Amino acid sequence: MEIRQIELEVMRYDPEKDKQPWFQQYTVPCQEDWAILDALNYVKDNLDTTLAYRWSCHMMVCGSCGMMVNGEPSLTCKTFVRDLPGKVRVEPLENFPIERDLVVVLDDVMQKLHKVQPYIIRKDDPPPEGVEYTQSRGALAKFKQLTMCINCMCCYSACPQYGLDNNFIGPAALALAHRYNLDSRDQGKSQRLDILADHDGVWDCSFVGACSEVCPKHVDPAAAIQQMKIDGALEFWKQKLGFPGGES
Amino acid sequence: MAIAKKAVVWGLFAGGGTLTAFIYPALIALFLLIATGNVPAGLQYEQIHTFAASWVGKAVLFIVLFLSLWHAAHRLRVVAHDFGIRKDKLIANAVYLVATLGTLMTAFYLISIS
Amino acid sequence: MSRQPYVRPISKTTWYMRNGRYKIYMLREMTSFLVVFYTFLTIVALSTLAADSPAAWQNFISSQQGPGMVVFHALALLYFLFFQTFPWFKLAPKAMPVQIGEKKLPGSYIVIGHYVAWVFISAVIFWLAGAL
Repeated sequence: MEIRQIELEVMRYDPEKDKQPWFQQYTVPCQEDWAILDALNYVKDNLDTTLAYRWSCHMMVCGSCGMMVNGEPSLTCKTFVRDLPGKVRVEPLENFPIERDLVVVLDDVMQKLHKVQPYIIRKDDPPPEGVEYTQSRGALAKFKQLTMCINCMCCYSACPQYGLDNNFIGPAALALAHRYNLDSRDQGKSQRLDILADHDGVWDCSFVGACSEVCPKHVDPAAAIQQMKIDGALEFWKQKLGFPGGES
Repeated sequence: MAIAKKAVVWGLFAGGGTLTAFIYPALIALFLLIATGNVPAGLQYEQIHTFAASWVGKAVLFIVLFLSLWHAAHRLRVVAHDFGIRKDKLIANAVYLVATLGTLMTAFYLISIS
Repeated sequence: MSRQPYVRPISKTTWYMRNGRYKIYMLREMTSFLVVFYTFLTIVALSTLAADSPAAWQNFISSQQGPGMVVFHALALLYFLFFQTFPWFKLAPKAMPVQIGEKKLPGSYIVIGHYVAWVFISAVIFWLAGAL
């Protein structure tokens, strides 16, 4: 295997010592098939044990290793050294406070994911004994793409509106809410829209579209949010004109 | 929690955006033709007056101008926010006031054409 | 161990200079100035019709002529096409996806449908204006 030297510029921040973040350079001999995460692991194992970063699966499933790679929110396990220039800058995800080095504080989005009621809401809850809610493949296809989210939060990092005002519920949580709105077994769309289409909800999105461009799982949160704006606009008049909040 | 009134202006923004995307290139092209001195036959006084005096013409012109005004108003509100102007209430009042004035002017002129 | 998260500053007035994607977005949003301009220009044209005087209309038409206006309208047309019309069509399938049975209709079909409709509508407008 061919070895290629890259200069890794890593943002460092120690809350107990540093007033603000700074960059540290590491020279990393990379193998051909390495992702940026492998380069970070090399640093941790061989050059600097103090470097803090999150990762777990190394296969695009866990969503832990999202970072800025040369300014782009990326999963470092699927961002390959061979596709990058000889100098690579790694920073913690933008729009989030830095806990330490490449680790960011995610408390805010965790709350938001909870806030949008991301679960099936039924009027007959708990369901009558022996009742199963079946779903056709066509009905599943309506929202399947939205279930692919691994909560890596690259989308929040790409979203300027969240960066400017973090009251905005933001892409991943709204996409997750839309996944339940589109679920044929769910009856909570109207009640969910009261949260999603309130202030700080879908209207704070100005369809920059960056969230969808950086999404490593092609969830397309921007599309989900625009669809919810249409739903919200229709639901507003439905409620104003006094139509019953029945689910289709 | 309830659906914010922004739902209404967003609806107008989206409708107007679709409309301007389809129609404004042709509108601008017509102004371009006029600018070059080649005023097309349909834009001579008699023809355009007949069109604007008809109910169909009035309806088409009103819908196009009304939605375009509200599309632009809402988008300008977002533009102001994106440029860092944080007085959203004031901006919103200003842009929607201009859109309302434009709508009233459109309605007034269209009614006057007979 | 004490937690002391560091919040990176972000400029409220120049944040969009950070990358090309944001700059293109800002250019797209600023097409609204053109919409304001052409909408009010059309309203001014209507006002001359409302005055019920061929001379007022002729004055308006004459006031819109000249090489400066040609350049302005030509540039405005290009800007509007590339930053409003084309992006709007490109994003349309996201806002209004179409699913037939178990399959999503490819977004490109919806985009092509928009272009076909646009050519047709533009042709109708030119035909009505007697330019075709």
